[in-house]
Amino acid sequence: MAVQRDQTGKKLGMWLFLYTEIILFGALFVLYAVYFSWYPQDFILGAKELDLGFGVTNTVILLVSSFLVAASITAVQNDQRNIALAALAGALACGAVFLVNKYFEWGHKIEIGIYPGSERLLDGPAPQNLFFGLYYVVTGLHGIHIVIGMVLLAVSLVLVFSRKITAQNDAVLDNCGLYWHLVDLIWIFIFPLFYLVV
Amino acid sequence: MEHASHIFSYKTLGLVLGALLMLTGVTVGASYIDVGWLNVWIALVIASAKASLVLVVFMHMKSAGKGVVVSFLSTVFFLAIMIGFIFWDVAFR
Repeated sequence: MAVQRDQTGKKLGMWLFLYTEIILFGALFVLYAVYFSWYPQDFILGAKELDLGFGVTNTVILLVSSFLVAASITAVQNDQRNIALAALAGALACGAVFLVNKYFEWGHKIEIGIYPGSERLLDGPAPQNLFFGLYYVVTGLHGIHIVIGMVLLAVSLVLVFSRKITAQNDAVLDNCGLYWHLVDLIWIFIFPLFYLVV
Repeated sequence: MEHASHIFSYKTLGLVLGALLMLTGVTVGASYIDVGWLNVWIALVIASAKASLVLVVFMHMKSAGKGVVVSFLSTVFFLAIMIGFIFWDVAFR
């Protein structure tokens, strides 16, 4: 009984932390929404500069990775250790591909002179500067979350491998998974708001 | 409080992944149809549907207990207050 209560407490603690993350990104979304309602035309022009291909690809990658993390929890519960390891490794690979895509996406933007403080943005219309400022802050902060999530998944992978995470004791995997799903959840809102307002 | 009974099968998880990918296609497709200011709302409704699927199935929200469900909904409620009041303020400046 004591073990069960412990698990519940750990999970509730993780959720409480996730709420602070929701409010953090929520505040950035409000900032975006207010400026979007003020300068819809500039934001639409800004969104047209974004590469929908990268946006869709990264959305699919994150959805698949979330599925893999959820599958790893099912696998651990079913004592299928190898499937759990494979699923976690797959999710990690998805995170890495996401970041590589982000590198190319940002790299291209910087190449054509769209980056914070660039001449093109400073000399152009101010609201477009705002759009790309928000784009870099929100996707950058999200990217940092991907990196942290990958570290957590890697820790889970090692713990499953060393049999420290088992069907009876999977709170760490549960919580790392929750974090990863939240990162996916935030991207579910970033994607339409930035890439699809064209 | 039995743990194992709340675990989703691979098939369920796969079906949810399929639904999420389909909704991604729908939201991309819908963005090409110009319905003015409604576009943003359609995108947000689809995003909320996707988020709900992730929360309920991938994040096991139901089995996480009443405390999690209530506190999560409270967070959404306070987020709505934050968004609503800021827009209220902005609209009457």
